[in-house]
Amino acid sequence: MRKKNAADAADAAFCARVAEGFVEPGDAMPDGYRATLIRQMSQHAHSEIVGMEPEGNWITRAPSLRRKAILLAKVQDEAGHGLYLYGAAETLGTTRAEMTRQLLAGEAKYSSIFNYPALTWADIGAIGWLVDGAAIINQVPLCRCSFGPYARAMQRICKEESFHQRQGFEIMLALARGEKAQREMAQNSLNRWWEPTLMMFGPPDGESRHSAQSMRWKIKLHSNDELRQRFVNMIVPQARYLKLRVPGSPKKDRRTGDYSYGPINWEEFRNVIAGNGPCNRDRLRARKKAEEDGKWVREASAAFAKKHLERRAA
Amino acid sequence: MKKKQKQKRGGGEQLFEVFVRPRAGLGHRHVGSVCAADAEMALLHARDCFTRRMEGASIWVVPSSSVTVSAPGDKESFFEPAADKTYRHSGFYRVPGDVKHL
Amino acid sequence: MSSISEKISLRRARFDFALRMGDNGLILSHRLSQWLGRAHAIEEDIALANIALDLLGQARLWLSLAGRIEGRGRGEDALAFFRGESDFRHFALAEQPNGDFARTIMRQFLFDARQLALLEKLGESADKEFAALAAKGAKETSYHIRHSAAWMRRLGCGTAESNRRLKEAAEELLRFCGGMFCEERGEELLARRGVIPSADILRAQWQSTVEQVFAESDLPPPDAKAIDSRPSFCGHTEHLGYILAEMQSLPRLHPQAKW
Repeated sequence: MRKKNAADAADAAFCARVAEGFVEPGDAMPDGYRATLIRQMSQHAHSEIVGMEPEGNWITRAPSLRRKAILLAKVQDEAGHGLYLYGAAETLGTTRAEMTRQLLAGEAKYSSIFNYPALTWADIGAIGWLVDGAAIINQVPLCRCSFGPYARAMQRICKEESFHQRQGFEIMLALARGEKAQREMAQNSLNRWWEPTLMMFGPPDGESRHSAQSMRWKIKLHSNDELRQRFVNMIVPQARYLKLRVPGSPKKDRRTGDYSYGPINWEEFRNVIAGNGPCNRDRLRARKKAEEDGKWVREASAAFAKKHLERRAA
Repeated sequence: MKKKQKQKRGGGEQLFEVFVRPRAGLGHRHVGSVCAADAEMALLHARDCFTRRMEGASIWVVPSSSVTVSAPGDKESFFEPAADKTYRHSGFYRVPGDVKHL
Repeated sequence: MSSISEKISLRRARFDFALRMGDNGLILSHRLSQWLGRAHAIEEDIALANIALDLLGQARLWLSLAGRIEGRGRGEDALAFFRGESDFRHFALAEQPNGDFARTIMRQFLFDARQLALLEKLGESADKEFAALAAKGAKETSYHIRHSAAWMRRLGCGTAESNRRLKEAAEELLRFCGGMFCEERGEELLARRGVIPSADILRAQWQSTVEQVFAESDLPPPDAKAIDSRPSFCGHTEHLGYILAEMQSLPRLHPQAKW
C-alpha cells in the first residue's frame, strides 16, 4: 500500500514535470513512459516505411513525368520520416535493428491503412489527400508532445509533409475535372479509402486502451474521436469542391458545425490489424526481402570499414 | 545514457549524429542521426537524408559513441551557479538616460 | 551539302542527341526508382531515390528541349509516353535489370563515368542550350559518381561474397558498355561542329576512370578488347519492352486525358 502511494506520487511528480516542459533522453522518466514512447515512435516509423509500398508501386506507372517526380520525392520523404522517427526512438536506448526485428516478427504494429491495395492512379491521389490528411491531423499536435526528440522529429516531418496532402488533392482535382473514366476512378477511390482512413484515428474513445495515461504524459494530446471529427470536418467541404460524394452522405450538425460520419466497421479494423487485410502479407514479405537481401551489403560495408580502420591504425 | 551506444547494432553499423550548417554565417546544428558502417558512408547518408530541401551548406557527422554528455544529475551543479550572476548581463547595469551609445 | 540540307540534318542531329540524353535519364531513373523500399538500409533507399530524381529532372529538361528542337508540339510527356521501343535512343546499359545491389552499383558507376566525362565537355559546347543543361547535370553527376565509386570500393574490398557479386556484375554489364561509344546518326556531325565531344575522347576518359576505380575495388581491369569487339551492338535488349509497357500503360489507355 505504501509502495503504491509512493509510485503514485512519483507519477504525479512526473506529470507535473511534463506539464512544465520537454523531457529529454537522459532525464529520469517512468519505465512505462519510456516503453510507451518506444512503442509509439517505432510503430509510427514502421508505418512510414511500410507506407512506402502502396505508393511506391505506382512510381513506375505515373501518368506524367511531373507526377512521377512528385511521387518519387514523396515516397522518398516517407523513407526519411521513418529514419527521423527511428532515430528519435533510438535516443531511448533501443536500436533500429531491434525495432526492425520486431516488425518482421509481427510483434510491432504499423498503421492498418497500408494493408489496403492501391489499385488505380486515383488511389495515389486519395492516399495523399485522405491518408496524409489524416496523418497530418494526427501529427501536428505531436509537435508539442512531451518528449523532445519525438517533438523535433514531428516538427521536421510536418514541415516536409505539407506538400504531400496538396499533391494528393491536386491529383484528385485533375481527375475530377477530367474525362468520365477519370471522374469514376476518383469516386471509386474515395469510396474505397474513406472508411479505412476514418479507422486511422484508432478505436472510439471508450475502447481505446492506452489513451488516458498517454494524455497525462502528453504523448497523445487529443482523443481519437476528437481528431477523427476534425478530419471529417476538413475533408467533406473539399470533397464537395471536387464534386465527389463522401460515403454515408455526411450531414452538418447546425449546432456544433460537425459533419456526421459512419458507422465504422470496427470488426474489419480488428481483422486487418490481426493480419487479415488484403495486403498484410505482401507488405511484410517486401520488408523481409529487403532485410534479407541487404544482409550481405551491410556485412560488406562493415568489413570494409573495419579493414580501413585497421589500415589506418597500422 | 552512454550504455545504449555500446549495444550491438545489426551488421556492424553504428549510429552517427548529424549536424548541418544551414548557410554560411550560422553554426552547425544537430538535426538527427544516421546508421552507417563508417564516417565516409555516414557523410554521404547525411547529405542524402538531411539536405533534400537545400537546407545545407556544410555537414558534420560524429559517431554517437564519441559524444560525451553531461549527466542529468549534474544539472544543478553545472547550470544553476550561473543563475545569480546577473552582472554578466547588460540589463544588470543602470545607465543614465543622457549617455548615448553604451 | 547545301546549307539548307545541312541545317536540316543539324537540327535532326540535335533532336536525336537531346532525345538520347533524355532517354538515358528516363530509363535509368525508372530502374533506380524500383529500388525505393528495397535497399539494405533506409539511408540507401533515400540515396538511390535522390539519384533517380536527379536523372528524371535531367531527362525532363532534355526531352522538353528535344520537343522544342523538333518544333512539332511534342512535349516531355508525348515523347516519354507515346513512342515505341524502336524510337528510344538510350544505351542498353541503362535498361538492364537492377539485379542485386552490386549489379545496380556497377551499372550506375559505368554510366556515371561516361556521363560525367560527357557533361563536363558538353558544358563548353558551342550550343548554348546544350551547355546550360550540361552544366546543371554535371554538378549532380559528380555526386552520383562519388556515391557509386564509394560503393564500388566498398563492395570490391568488403567481403569475399561482395567481391564475387561485383565481379559477376562486371562480367554481366561490361559487354553493354561498347554501346555507350557508338556514334549514332548525326553525332559525328555534331562532334565536327564542336557541339558535342567525340566518342573517342569520351571512350579514353571513361577507360581511365573505370580502370582506376576497378583497381581500387580489387577487380581485374576491364578488358578493352571485349568491350570494343562488338561496337555494332548499339541497340536494345528485350528488357525495354517491359519497361515501356509498365511506364506507358496509363497515358496510353486514356490518350486525351490530362493528369
